[in-house]
Amino acid sequence: MNRPLLLILLSLLVALLFAGSLMAGKVWVPPTVWFSSDPRWWIIAELRLPRALLGLAIGGGLGLTGAVLQGYLRNPLADPAVVGVSSSAALGAVAAIVVFAASAPLTIFAAAMLAACGSMLLLAGLAWRADSQAAFILAGTVLASLGGALTAFLISIAPNPFATAEIIDWIMGALTDRSFAEARLALPFIAAGSALLLLTGRALDALTLGEDAARSLGVRLRRTQLLIVLGAGLAVGASVAVTGVVGFVGLIVPHLLRPLTGARPSALLIPGALGGAALVLAADSLVRLAPGASEIRLGVAMAVLGTPFFFLLLLKMRRSPWN
Amino acid sequence: MELSVSDLAVSLGNRQVLRGVAAAFRPGRVTAILGPNGSGKSTLVRTLAGLLDADAGHVRIDGRHIARIEPRERARLIGYLPQDATVHWNVRVRDLVALGRLPHRSPFAGESEADAMAIGAALAATDTFPLAARATDALSGGERARVLLARVLAGEPRWLLADEPLASLDPVHQLALLDQLRALAASGMGVVIVLHDLIQAARAADDVLLLKAGEVVAFGPAAEALTHQPLREAFGVEVMIVPDEQGRLLPVPIGRTKA
Repeated sequence: MNRPLLLILLSLLVALLFAGSLMAGKVWVPPTVWFSSDPRWWIIAELRLPRALLGLAIGGGLGLTGAVLQGYLRNPLADPAVVGVSSSAALGAVAAIVVFAASAPLTIFAAAMLAACGSMLLLAGLAWRADSQAAFILAGTVLASLGGALTAFLISIAPNPFATAEIIDWIMGALTDRSFAEARLALPFIAAGSALLLLTGRALDALTLGEDAARSLGVRLRRTQLLIVLGAGLAVGASVAVTGVVGFVGLIVPHLLRPLTGARPSALLIPGALGGAALVLAADSLVRLAPGASEIRLGVAMAVLGTPFFFLLLLKMRRSPWN
Repeated sequence: MELSVSDLAVSLGNRQVLRGVAAAFRPGRVTAILGPNGSGKSTLVRTLAGLLDADAGHVRIDGRHIARIEPRERARLIGYLPQDATVHWNVRVRDLVALGRLPHRSPFAGESEADAMAIGAALAATDTFPLAARATDALSGGERARVLLARVLAGEPRWLLADEPLASLDPVHQLALLDQLRALAASGMGVVIVLHDLIQAARAADDVLLLKAGEVVAFGPAAEALTHQPLREAFGVEVMIVPDEQGRLLPVPIGRTKA
């Protein structure tokens, strides 16, 4: 598809879903009462606007990170989880809940970001010594396993059922009841991380030819790797720090868009961010509309949606290995 | 503009692959690097391209140490065609060839007129213009080899370093590619290729560098390097020297040297 047209259409879709996300919920708030003294406007201003902003930023960050990682690793199955940042950020947040009995957003956010940054530095250090993809993937996978194991350990020693419930609630990932306080914390980090990731486009294109050819084209692979580690760490770390773990966005979105953008990795970055934002906004609106007293968790909805997609992808890949 | 190495030693991991290699490659000529498997041919080409660091010795281009040249400038001087012909995403042929222009484009700049000209010229030179809109996956082996060469040519390098460019090509495409490389050398480019076939080397190369176990056995004009004694020493094979229709002497392997 023609690129400017695609970008316009995706932007329109995001704008529509953003507006839809403000309207949809247990109480329907039509545009006619926006910016009025109608009490329903306060539902938007206080509850839904920060939630929609976070959905936009988190979806954009996850979609972009997924597109970058698939390009960098030249593997259509890569997603933000492979760098281990999600698990580390989750570990940090859980540690804050268990060890410090924290419940304030700022404390949990700070702990999650600290853990995410720590694991990023470790990953950068491990991968720096050997600028190869295998080292990168292995280091990321090991960090992810470690994060998962330590999180499980913390749950097992949680002091009371209340803490356990809070942890599990948090790990499942949701945008419910997020306020401007969380939005203010997370948005700058997600924006900074995304900016770093957007700098990698050319290197990703060159990597289509393999690492040696990319280096012979003047690409500095270590610099690229550093940009990706930092960018993914900031964007994904900040996302997990305010919403818990929302998976599959980074995996699905690049695949949905590749037929429209073509396979060139750099052509997928901005559409990936827009597509991720659209997907999270849509999913978050849908979970609110589901009947019943409580909402389905966003992370759960994404996983339920993502798993069948993943299987379809595997079936398709057996026919044509690289999309 | 000469590409030269002096007293070069290179290791991969803990294993020293090249030692004491000295050679000066000249522009406007085709130089073939030959040697048994594992003799260090690919390592030498990758080092010449500035992709591997030397333990000792230097690679110089026009007297400048290659390790001190900024990567993008180096990429404008030296085009490298790796042995691995894998293209990881199913991109269009023109997009693939356009990658060759990356070292010429400043960050975030779009494709310039000069870029478009160079891409067009590279497609034309490799006879791949009709393939421009095709997806890489839809190419035959011969077409893919030409497209990947076009990718290197689009960068308008002074030097072309190619690692076994003839591998997986049928005889017709091998001959066509060698003609192409000769034409590039005739236009002033320096061409260094790793080859396996002694006869192809004798036909296509002006100079030959013979490697054995990481050391240079012979380096000089093809007619002198591709003779009984150096080939016996490098490969352990006996050859029969047969003149072709143009009077070039072709070494035909006839048996292993008896110990």
